[in-house]
Amino acid sequence: MKKELIELRINGRSHELAAEPNKLLLDVLRQDLDLTGSKRGCDDSSCGACTVQVDGVPMLSCTMLAASYQGNEITTVEGISEVGGLAVLQKAYGDFGGSQCGYCTPGFMMTVRWLLANNPDPSEAEIRDALSSNLCRCTGYSQMYQAIHAVIEAEQRGTKQELVGANQS
Amino acid sequence: MSEFSVIGKSIAMVDSAGKTTGSGKYTDDFSLPGMLVGKILHSPYPHAVIKRIDAGRARALEGVIAVVTGEDAPNQYGILPVGHDETALAVGKVRYVGDNVACVAATSEEIAERALELIDVEYEPLPAYFDPEESIKAERELIHPNRPNNIEKDYHHVFGDPEKGFAEADYVAEARYIANEVTHAAMEPHCTLASFEIDPHTGKQGRLTVWSSTQVPYYLQHKLSLVLELPMSQVRVIKPLVGGGFGGKSEIIPLEIIAAVAARAANASVKITYTREEVFWAHRGRPRTIIDLKTGVKKDGRVTSVACKVIQDGGAYCSYGVVTILYSGALLGALYDIPNIRYDGYRVLTNKPACGAMRGHGTVNVRFAFESQMDEIAAALNLDPAQMRRVNLLKPPTVTVNGLRVLSYGLPECIDQVITRSSWNERRGKMPTGRGLGMACSHYVSGAANSIIRSDMPHSTVNIKIDRDGGVVVYTGASEIGQGSDTMTAQVVAEVLGCSLSRVKVIAADTDLTPIDLGSYSSRVTFMAGNAALRAAEDVKKNIVSAAARRMNCSPEDVVMREDRIFKRGASTLESATASPETEAARGHVDGQILRGSVLQSRKEEGSKDHMSFEEAVVAAIDVHRGLTGTGSYAPPAEARGGKHKGAGVGPSPAYSYSAQVAEVSIDEDTGEVTVHKIWAAHDCGRALNPVAVEGQVIGSVWMGLGQALQEEMVWKDGLLMNPGMLEYRSPSSVESPEIECVIVESIDPEGPFGAKEAGEGSLAATIPAISNAIYDAVGVRLRETPFTPERVLAALRTKRGMKKLEMTEGVDPTQPKRFREHGGSLWFRGKGPERHPADPARQGFPAGGAE
Repeated sequence: MKKELIELRINGRSHELAAEPNKLLLDVLRQDLDLTGSKRGCDDSSCGACTVQVDGVPMLSCTMLAASYQGNEITTVEGISEVGGLAVLQKAYGDFGGSQCGYCTPGFMMTVRWLLANNPDPSEAEIRDALSSNLCRCTGYSQMYQAIHAVIEAEQRGTKQELVGANQS
Repeated sequence: MSEFSVIGKSIAMVDSAGKTTGSGKYTDDFSLPGMLVGKILHSPYPHAVIKRIDAGRARALEGVIAVVTGEDAPNQYGILPVGHDETALAVGKVRYVGDNVACVAATSEEIAERALELIDVEYEPLPAYFDPEESIKAERELIHPNRPNNIEKDYHHVFGDPEKGFAEADYVAEARYIANEVTHAAMEPHCTLASFEIDPHTGKQGRLTVWSSTQVPYYLQHKLSLVLELPMSQVRVIKPLVGGGFGGKSEIIPLEIIAAVAARAANASVKITYTREEVFWAHRGRPRTIIDLKTGVKKDGRVTSVACKVIQDGGAYCSYGVVTILYSGALLGALYDIPNIRYDGYRVLTNKPACGAMRGHGTVNVRFAFESQMDEIAAALNLDPAQMRRVNLLKPPTVTVNGLRVLSYGLPECIDQVITRSSWNERRGKMPTGRGLGMACSHYVSGAANSIIRSDMPHSTVNIKIDRDGGVVVYTGASEIGQGSDTMTAQVVAEVLGCSLSRVKVIAADTDLTPIDLGSYSSRVTFMAGNAALRAAEDVKKNIVSAAARRMNCSPEDVVMREDRIFKRGASTLESATASPETEAARGHVDGQILRGSVLQSRKEEGSKDHMSFEEAVVAAIDVHRGLTGTGSYAPPAEARGGKHKGAGVGPSPAYSYSAQVAEVSIDEDTGEVTVHKIWAAHDCGRALNPVAVEGQVIGSVWMGLGQALQEEMVWKDGLLMNPGMLEYRSPSSVESPEIECVIVESIDPEGPFGAKEAGEGSLAATIPAISNAIYDAVGVRLRETPFTPERVLAALRTKRGMKKLEMTEGVDPTQPKRFREHGGSLWFRGKGPERHPADPARQGFPAGGAE
């Protein structure tokens, strides 16, 4: 298939590149833009390791055609750190053991960030529901809940800067 | 002040920021200029002779650089020296659906996939074997010609006098248990990138560098050397971040060799990444296991004798099979005091992907049977299951009847902890119908005391280099796979050297840079690599201390290193040794930088002192010793290496972890659905070096056990895997995962680093029987076949009530399983199964496939 010129807006920057019309967003991110944070864990959108946000909504980049998302604001895991440091969520996942092998972590970052942006005080069941879109094989999820609760507490105490709102666009 | 500065504190993994920001690199994140993509052609037949392979049309396709087949690398290899039965690509015949036939290296994935379709392979199907009890009767068309009756290995062990033990028993229980097959399903699909350098002197392909998602870089280097006929020193294996292993990357997976073979043929770098379906075919998971177990006990529950026969459905290659079947027998010992044991183990070959090592290697399925049977006996004799276990405790230090040495033994406290926390005594038996509590125990090795390739050489070696910048660089071959290997190494070194964690940098798992370590398997890293790191740090500390003692005019014994300070014991406390920023600058230490001239200057000017900064001490030591390096290694002591009988090498470990668990479940008696509400898990890890990491390992193990207990199962149809995807394999998601309360028990092992033992595997085995015992407590049915899916639970409930049997593919009662059933007995795959594979052997009508 012949390549076509497309323009994607990713993490607040514009990228112009040539890609086949059938090329997946995940492959464009990983192969063309070297944004390898988003992972491929399956072939059938069942694992969530490739989750990115499109206009603030988590989506699976392994089943999205890159050319169809021109004009949308795409955020990957590379775009969520604070200037000069980790976002509260990233720090909490490290401190509480929410990440072991780390392969699923970028996907969880994108999902949890969306959850907390839209529901700053989720119930236990709401957290579990939100996280069920992503699979982890190391942690049994327990320590992720601890990390998420720590973030919520930090937010409520106001001791840390706000999480960057997912609906920034 | 606590005894330790770094040890015992919950800290974030040293590589965690790379994982949460996406900057950490896994193998598939690397690419090289001019790199090709490799794709593998897999066998559509479970057992067939390859009569002809014609890759002419594939080679002619624009963009295809090379096509390789079995003849390109026919040397046999295997993880065990006794099991060299694999080749990179099939030579002569294929042995399972998914076996590797050819590999294309092309300029893009799309072209490579198109080329696969152009490879013309002519197969002649052979009779295939899927049930180990049938396979064992085979006399012709053996899977491997040198394995009569398709038996990979059988062992027959007798310890003590089992018959006398049964004669002395007041009660004997006997039953068959079946555990179906599970796989690791690590989130990262296997990936390998192989690249040759051109040798400047010969002008030909020289050194090979391989980046791979492996738990065992050293074994990979060894096998690459064997297959490619290169000296080991010409092969460099680098392990980047690994996205989970659980044993699935603890041996050489075909793509690791194939990528190198293809790179050699294509004269270019080749990367192969498995699809998720290929990961399932590569497998090496926990085998389907039939356990015939007989236990004799006295009235008070004391075990007098155990007889156990195990048949494992090993798949088409040996893999770790000989070790798995030995672990299954050996680990009957070292948990409880069992005076007499008879063990008969059969590892059988079948035409399915090879089974290998998976978390809790060899012990899990037998532990399910054993702990279930203990519960049955307790019920029959009207004993409390917890008390039943207490009367069978070991009295350490001891050596078990099968030659396993046990020193530290935290099991009694583990049992006490879970009994108390779950309110076992108050609640058990008083819960509403359909809700129940169950308990079980387990244990695991802290590394195998005997290496796979038998030798007396160290199992782990660690080097440390400290230079005048004050940085501590640790070189270890231990493989970080997410369990915290690098963090543990940094903690141990920082503790010994009394320096901050940020000063320590760990360079790991690069065979050119790091000394040999056997790898991350059998829960060996903390115990063995940890001890090696401890010794290396002590080795280098000795030189720092001797130089510091001269400067401080005291004896080396009086030098204390702690929190980046070196000071005299007694004469100076840590507080007074902590210098102000001004004096730091005056002494040549600014922002972590050594101003070497001023340090030298001050050294000459000043007389003896009673404290120094870490940098000063390092510079002093380099002045004296001309360099500052240290080495430490670990080999298990001879006393821990087991008995002398055939097969005695597997099972012994320098230390064992212990676990006790209580599970609370409820059962929907209309649907058969089991809900686990909570699991209390106490784990004796010796000493928790990093409690948050220990809890993560224990919870992760319990959770993985829960998956095997309730829903995970590899479903086969004529050798074709019916559920090779994450959705169909169904590992538990967050909504299916209960609360797990982890209790750390610290028995402080006399030989572990700071008293530490394993934490990553031992807890898994107790979870499955804890759940099955809870199901019995809740509804009174004894499930002897895993997983406890709704259809099995429902079938068992209906049998109990004398209702019409639930129609399953083959109407076997899961409370009295007799043999493996087609499709695991599931209705879902009733009949001939979905038509999803164009070459499904069931549709081909060849002899063994159940012709239509």
